[in-house]
Amino acid sequence: MSALPFDPWFTDPRDLALFEALQEGLPLVSRPYAAMGERVGYTEAEVIGRLREWRASGLIKRLGVIVRHRRLGYRANAMVVWDVPDAEVSRVAGRICQYSFVTLCYRRPRRGSEWHYNLFCMIHGQDRERVESQVRQLIEGCEMTAWPTATLFSTRCFKQRGARYVPAPGTILPKPIQAL
Amino acid sequence: MAIHQQLLNEFQRDFPLSPSPYADIALQLGVTEDEVLIALGKLVENQSISRIGAIVPPNSIGVSLLAAMAVPAEQLDEIAEWVSSLPEVNHNYEREHRFNLWFVVNASHDGHMEDVLGHIQQRTGLAILRLPLLEEFHIDLGFPLEFIGAT
Repeated sequence: MSALPFDPWFTDPRDLALFEALQEGLPLVSRPYAAMGERVGYTEAEVIGRLREWRASGLIKRLGVIVRHRRLGYRANAMVVWDVPDAEVSRVAGRICQYSFVTLCYRRPRRGSEWHYNLFCMIHGQDRERVESQVRQLIEGCEMTAWPTATLFSTRCFKQRGARYVPAPGTILPKPIQAL
Repeated sequence: MAIHQQLLNEFQRDFPLSPSPYADIALQLGVTEDEVLIALGKLVENQSISRIGAIVPPNSIGVSLLAAMAVPAEQLDEIAEWVSSLPEVNHNYEREHRFNLWFVVNASHDGHMEDVLGHIQQRTGLAILRLPLLEEFHIDLGFPLEFIGAT
């Protein structure tokens, strides 16, 4: 069998179409998995089976309601960055993640004199003052006062949507079996 | 109102993988399936939720990259709009920093990523700061919402 993109997640050509349907969102009908299956050529049970597998194997980190925090009043969205000695990153990140107001925490590369921060976390809050005090709380609580830091609030959101599979121009994908 | 808040907060993960998930949720909340469907439709319509769907870890479907550019203020609107129009870009924000435009590019493979980044640099004449994910520390359990005056 020819290799599909993103093997081992996708083992059948219909998986690509199912993933695309999933990223558009579950339809708001009584039998959403049956409706998705009709579009891509899977039965309801097959759709549920594929989604279960993807959830178990980690392709789906979380399945459910995806909120737009800005619309719900969470307008103070801060990306907080630090320049942490490499040997300390994992330990410090472990402590940062203990704080419930931290929604994401990543290590990324420094880029010379342009960008010297290697630890990133996100805080979404309802107002700026509160997020600023949460940042101070983090820095003191995790004993990070010695390291350079910056807080980058977002001022506008131009685009926010789920990651899609966008084939490179010219890619020929295996055709899913047409649903009846 | 209470049903909307519960739908927003309690179903961000472990969404039922059963033939009638909305009926299962209705049972949990003590309402009808129709009420759940109508409430969710309303939340999508007023853009409180973007969808019922999946959060996928970075780099599992193709490759993704956090990128930033220092865009002259007078060009920001135009460049931001153009960057958002690219199908490979799924997040795009303005932030308060010299690097004022932050976006995430998703491509099918490394060569495709290079093409997209090269296209952006060529079209805008601006350098791109590339900040790929090296390590993820946080487990995404959803986004706990606090409702002011909620009962």
